[in-house]
Parts: sequence; C-alpha cells; structure tokens
Amino acid sequence: MDFGLSPEQEMLRDTVGRCLAETCPLDHVRSCSETGSAVSDQVVAALHDIGLTGLLVPEVHGGLGMTLLDAAVVAEQLGRAVAPAPFLARSVLAPLALMLAGSAAQQAEWLPRIASGAVRFGVAIAGIVEERDGVRVRAEGGRLTGTALFALDFVGADYFIVGDVSGRLHLLAATSTGVERIALQTIDTTRSIGELRLTGAIAEPLADDGGLAARRLRDAGRVLLAADSLGAGEAMIEKAVAYAGEREQFGRVIGSFQAVKHMCAEMAARHEPCRALVWYAAHAFDTIPEEAALVACHAKSLTGEVHRFVARTATEVHGGMGFTDLLGLHFWFKRIGFDRQVLGGPERVRSDAAQLQGLTATT
Amino acid sequence: MNLEYGPKYERFRAEVRDFLARNGKRAPESAQRAARPTTDAVAWQNLLLEHGYTARTIPREYGGYGAEPDILEARIIAEEFARAGVPGGLSNQGVSMLVPTLLELGTEEQKRRWIEPTLRGEIVWCQGYSEPGAGSDLASLRTSAREENGHFVINGQKIWTSTARQADMIFCLVRTETEAPKHAGISYLIFSMDLPGIEVRPLKTMTGHAEFNETFFTDVRVPVDQIVGQRGQGWFVANATLGHERGMLGDPDALENRLLALIRLMQEEQIGSARAIDNPVLRDRLVALQAEVAAMKYNGMRLLSNQLKGESGGMAKLIVKLQSCELAHQISALAIDAMGEMGILYAESPREREGGVWQWNYMFQLGLIIGGGTAQIQKNIIAERGLNMPREPRLALDAAQSRKEVA
Repeated sequence: MDFGLSPEQEMLRDTVGRCLAETCPLDHVRSCSETGSAVSDQVVAALHDIGLTGLLVPEVHGGLGMTLLDAAVVAEQLGRAVAPAPFLARSVLAPLALMLAGSAAQQAEWLPRIASGAVRFGVAIAGIVEERDGVRVRAEGGRLTGTALFALDFVGADYFIVGDVSGRLHLLAATSTGVERIALQTIDTTRSIGELRLTGAIAEPLADDGGLAARRLRDAGRVLLAADSLGAGEAMIEKAVAYAGEREQFGRVIGSFQAVKHMCAEMAARHEPCRALVWYAAHAFDTIPEEAALVACHAKSLTGEVHRFVARTATEVHGGMGFTDLLGLHFWFKRIGFDRQVLGGPERVRSDAAQLQGLTATT
Repeated sequence: MNLEYGPKYERFRAEVRDFLARNGKRAPESAQRAARPTTDAVAWQNLLLEHGYTARTIPREYGGYGAEPDILEARIIAEEFARAGVPGGLSNQGVSMLVPTLLELGTEEQKRRWIEPTLRGEIVWCQGYSEPGAGSDLASLRTSAREENGHFVINGQKIWTSTARQADMIFCLVRTETEAPKHAGISYLIFSMDLPGIEVRPLKTMTGHAEFNETFFTDVRVPVDQIVGQRGQGWFVANATLGHERGMLGDPDALENRLLALIRLMQEEQIGSARAIDNPVLRDRLVALQAEVAAMKYNGMRLLSNQLKGESGGMAKLIVKLQSCELAHQISALAIDAMGEMGILYAESPREREGGVWQWNYMFQLGLIIGGGTAQIQKNIIAERGLNMPREPRLALDAAQSRKEVA
C-alpha cells in the first residue's frame, strides 16, 4: 500500500520543476505573452531534452512508455510555471488516441514521430463534450466536413486528431486541402487554442469503436487539466503567503492579521485534498478503468471550483498590487480560468458524473 | 501508487469479513457513541475485545488484545465494519482519549486500575476541559485545586461535559499552581463523579436535546495520587489526548456513509411525480459534495501512506478537522433542501423523515464545527503551522506573561 508518488515520479517532478525554473521564469512568460506567442521555443526544447515529448509513447515506439499519473506530475509543474508549452494534446492526448484507436500500422507510422518531435499534433474533441454554436464535424467517405472548436495545442500543430459527431477519431494533416485554421483568443496567453473549418478535408480514420477512445481522451484531458490547475493553484497560494509575510500595513506584516491569515488557510484547506483526488484520478485512468470516467469528473469539477476560489482569494491577498499587471499574478489566474472551462466546466462535468452513476431521471 | 494491501492483509481482511458475517447480527444498533453502553453493547464490546477488533494494540495486561501496532490492520478493521454497517468498538471519551493518555503517561498502577474496565464499558468517563471563560483559550482555565492534607480541593465549573450525567469518572484539567504562567499551572486529575460537591446540570443545545452538561465543583476532595503526570504538567498531558480527539472527528468512512444515506434520501423523496434527485440543481449540489467526499477519502489514504512510512501528515492532516466537519454539515444541509417543506419536520412529527435526523445532524454538526477547536482556531493552526505565517501580535499583558514563561 503506497498512496502517492513513487520515488521515480518525485524525481520526474523535481526534474521538470528545475527545468522550468531555469527556462521559464515569469519574465519569459511575460515576454511570450507580449509577443503573442503561446509556444515558447526555449521551453519546448528544454522539455524535449528531458524526454517529455514522447512521455506517453510506448518504449517500442521510441517513447518513455509512462502513465497518465506521470503525465499529471508533469502537468502540475507546467501549471505551476504557467509554461507556454504545448503538452496536453501534443504529448498526451494525441499519442493516447493512436494507442487506443490506431491500427498497428498507424501506431508504427505516427508514434515514433510524435516521440521524436518530428510531428506535432493538436487535438479537437470539444464536440464530444458539448456541441456549441450548432457546429459539428461529419465524416463521409474519408473526408471531414464541418467545424471543430477548441482544438488544443493549436499553434504549430502539423496534424490534428479530430473527433466527429459520432465520436470517432480522425487523423488530419493541418495543411490538407479543405482545412481552414482559425486561432481563437482566450484569456490565457500561455495556451493556444483554435478552430478547424473543414470542407471535405481528407482524413485518416482511427478505429470505429463507438466513441470509446474519444471518451478516454476526454477523461485523460480532464485529469490533466485538473493537475495543471493544481500546480497553478499551489503557486498562487505560495505567492499569497509570501506576499502576506512581507507586506506591512499598520506597522505589521499583513499575514499576522487573522483576516488575511484565514484567507490563506481557507485556500490551503480547500486545495490540499485536491492533490490526492487528482493523483487518484490519474491512477484510476491507468489501472481502474471502471472508475476512471467518474473520478476524472470529480477531479475536474472540484479543482475547477477550488482553484477559482484560490485564484480570486490569492489575488485579493495581494491587494491592489494583485490587480495590476506588474506582479503577473494574472497569468495564473487566467490559466486556472482556462483549466476550469476546457473539456467541460464544473456544471457540465457534474452532469456527466451524475449520468455515469445512473443518478439522472430514468424516464 | 499501489493501492493493494498485499496477500497477508487480504487474509486478515477475509478473517474480519468472516467474523462480521457470523457475528454481525449480534451487534447492537449504534453501540459506539451511546453514553452508557447497554447490556448488548457491553456484550458486543467484549466479543470485539476477545477477537482483537477493538483495543487491538493495547497490551493484554491492561485488557487489550496485545497485537503489535499495525496501521493497515487497523484500517482494514475500520473499513470492513463500515462496509458491513456494523458498529465497531466503543469510542467514547474514556476509550478514545483517556486510555491513550494513560498508556502514554499514566503510572503502572493507573494503567492496571483504569484501562481494562474502561475498555469493557464498565467505567464511563467524561472530559472536564472547557470552562465558560476558557474555550479556545483553554489554558486560561480557572477551576482551582489547592492541596490540603493529601487531597486536592477542587472548586470551579466545567462546561461541555458530554456524558457527565452517565459518567462514573472524569478526567479533568485544574489549576494547581496559581503563581505559575498559565500553561505551567495546570494539572490533569482523574476522579469519581460520585464525590460530594459535584453537581451536574444538563446543558440544552439548539437541537432541543441536552447532549452536554455543565459540571460544578464545590470543595470536591480528590486524593493527590489521582493525578496523571506531574503537578503543572497537565497542559502537556491534555495535549496528548487532544490529538486523539482531532483524529476522531475526521473519519472518511463516516462521511461516505452520510453521503450514501443522502443519495438514498434523494432517490426516495418524491416531489410531484419526480424524485428529488431528478431536480438538476439539487443533483448538481449532490455531485459537488460527492467530489469533495472523494477528495477527503483519498486524502485519508494519502495520510495512511504517510503514516506507514513514518512521515508526518503535514498540511494534508492539518486540514482534516476543518474540512470534514464542514462537509458533514453541508451534506445535512442538502438533505434538508432536498426534502423541501418536509425538511422542517422534527421531533416525532407526523410525516417526519428518519426521525428528524437530518435537522438534528445539521445543527449538531454546526456544534462539531465549533467544538474540539473551532473552525477559526483550525485556520490559525493551518496558517501558522502549515503555511508558517506569523502569529497575531499579542496584547501587552499576554506578552509580559509569555516573557515570564520563558524566564
């Protein structure tokens, strides 16, 4: 019995943490943001050097063959550093899609190139969570038509995994005829997201598995967004505590006022149990399939709620300074906002959780 | 991450299950918290003692089972009893607070005299800590004990003495050293509740029941050897047991069982032609609580793992009392809301659900948020010990006092 990270996972956490501390300080995040780039080449290169590009790709295909819990450890560090680096789609969901629904030939063709960084994937599965603005993607005769919203790790993607209206996944080259790529602007300048407008674009279908792989991607995505939120939330709490320990008003540090201290304690009290839940959700994805979808929902919705509270409270602890651009606190605030909404906000996710348990009306 | 307990422990689990399957029917209903155990509850307790499913690690010479401490065995027992819906061993204040204190700090004579009858449910204890003027600031307590002819003579008043009416004995904090700084002037005494000069008055709470009491002492004479630890060490002795109390208030199995009861209620309550759970707003609140309960469950597993490795629980432990009590309160709140107008029914009213237990819980759990270290004190602890935030500057008077303590 050992509930927690293995020594190897702790090492992975520390390695990624150190790598990001060196390559991705706040100044760098800010300069990427100011130049409108959600992808930092220096951070991507550094993460690639420690092998993270092919984190999930099986060893036979040149990757590290790691688990979703390992990926969650990495995601937490990326959130903590508000790193402008594609990871969720490029290094986790795309290889997962191929591992779950790719033929042996497709796996052999694509997985080694994902691991080596030779091809870069985005993933568009928002449509299987909710249909919005009446748009959807239909597949017919090896061609995709329609619009896929909220394609993750959009910028720099050479290929996309796209879910169609039936839940089937397809592999699409970004530069194919009939593909129009439109970047979307979000609050979070550290991640890139966009939409794909498809008019008869040729795409390679993955297995017709009744949407199973797509749902697994959704679950994995929810867990990793929760892990990202965990890291970003923890960073905000640390910043608030540090600021409260330095800032003086009325002749004393504000952290000695119970009003301020209790805000910090409430953040910590609500944040701490999220850690165990996220770990468990990732572990369940890896080894307890019958629980995975539900506990992914729990992790996603709880971190969504808790870290929204953390984001606003940590900002308040910083007083007026928290509201300025100067401290850069807003990068974490926005990252948490992104994590909360993508692949389903808390209400959507809880409604899925109720359905998964058969709690919804039977009539 | 490895959630397997391993074959040795799974064999142990099978034994516990087998025991429960064969004997579960003999368990009285909710034996655990009854103030004065019924004959059935005493018989059940003795059966559990015999099999080592309670007082498992307490040495045999003191009436326990004498097993080596084993965190996973203890966890498996708790899990299996919770799963079977069968009450475990007595967990009254004598068992959960006094016994561990005596084991740690009592004399050999005290251990032999008090532990076994306490475990067997023959002696019921109450706790005399809080006073009307000493709640969160417990160390400012004023109940005095002056030494006179081989006795302490006790005068003063305690409050929140649950089970004082049924109790045979009390473990009590009194001020013996009037000149010493506040923390160093306290002693921990144990004495009979039948002594002359003790008066117990029921303390009726917002629930309408008197779950607690006030206990008054007028020249109560206690032999000087009925002290645990040395004179003036009572604060240290009591803190050994406060740790046990906080542990007691955060039981993830209990939260999970409350939540399951809530789900059943929401599936049974009909509102028009639909069930309460079919209301999407109520259902959303339910699933939100479910996520929180799950988080506390896994937080508990994380703590269990820390304990196995001999690591301190850190922040994951400091937050348990605050979060669990709040969550329990919110579960009851949702139950009341799910019942709608039916939710107000109480006290054996026609149409009341489950004996009005949800309203009682809702109120009593607010008491638990306040008791055993208020939510605000918990937040101070989380901030100061968990986040290393600075303490509130003390008032001049207090500061002078603490300088004296250092000197």
